[in-house]
Amino acid sequence: MKVHVTVLPKPSVLDPQGAAAAEAIRHLGLEGVGRVRIGKMIELELPDTTPEDEIHRISRDLLSNPVIEDYSISKQ
Amino acid sequence: MKFAVIRFPGSNCDQDCVLALNALQGATADYVWHKDTSLGDADAVVVPGGFSYGDYLRCGAIARFSPIMQAVQEFASAGGTVLGICNGFQILCETGLLPGALVRNKGLHFVCKHQHLRVESTDSRFTSAAQDGQVLNIPIAHGEGCYFADDATLADLRASDRILLRYCDSQGDTTAAANPNGSRDHIAGICNEGRNVFGLMPHPERACDPQLGPTDGLVIFKSLLNSHILQPA
Repeated sequence: MKVHVTVLPKPSVLDPQGAAAAEAIRHLGLEGVGRVRIGKMIELELPDTTPEDEIHRISRDLLSNPVIEDYSISKQ
Repeated sequence: MKFAVIRFPGSNCDQDCVLALNALQGATADYVWHKDTSLGDADAVVVPGGFSYGDYLRCGAIARFSPIMQAVQEFASAGGTVLGICNGFQILCETGLLPGALVRNKGLHFVCKHQHLRVESTDSRFTSAAQDGQVLNIPIAHGEGCYFADDATLADLRASDRILLRYCDSQGDTTAAANPNGSRDHIAGICNEGRNVFGLMPHPERACDPQLGPTDGLVIFKSLLNSHILQPA
């Protein structure tokens, strides 16, 4: 199976990339854009039998840093 | 006093650290490869700057799982002296030896310049040779040096006098303009609860040779040497 792990900076963490992108979007004429946050998406190929808690363990301990980031998992 | 300077693939300040330390009377320094599992008979460990593992995933995220880091964690838990500089600071945060994390500079740019720092506490083996409030001039060079910790962690750091260095201007004032990367509370360097692990973004090893400019970085290494001599055997 393919698993997508999405990692985003926590709302409390300064995200200057997101702020710069939001400014550029406004500049391109799209009104009303709110907060923009930039993170990353990691695609994993895993055996179908991989336990859910193992995916969480890897996402929490390696793929994200819980001090500054939140993650979510979606199986494709 | 024997220093072990850890070398990861992508470290690039390891040679500067070894050179600066070996030039000091009473200090010897040698490299330890990241795949080693022992620190030998080192009295102190330096985790140097650079781009370990190409900064892939997050700065320091992969170096944290290098074999030698297990030995560094055990060394630190036993009270051993660990100094993390720049990428080394990021690695120590990722490892959990220091609280918080270092994120992208507020201005998004990589910042490489001399920077004034104020010594906030001399109550540590890393800053004991400095004066309280002393202003140091030491180079910084980083793209991800913005220190972040939540409010509770910051309050704890302040209450326990663990913020050892803050960014300031030449007069020693911590103004917003003198904060090069948006770090919370102008933090440039912090220590752990046991005061034996210190991480800082500036590069003291680049400020040790008068031919290269100010030598304010020496105060960190001299503090370590003094503390080592004073230590009961």
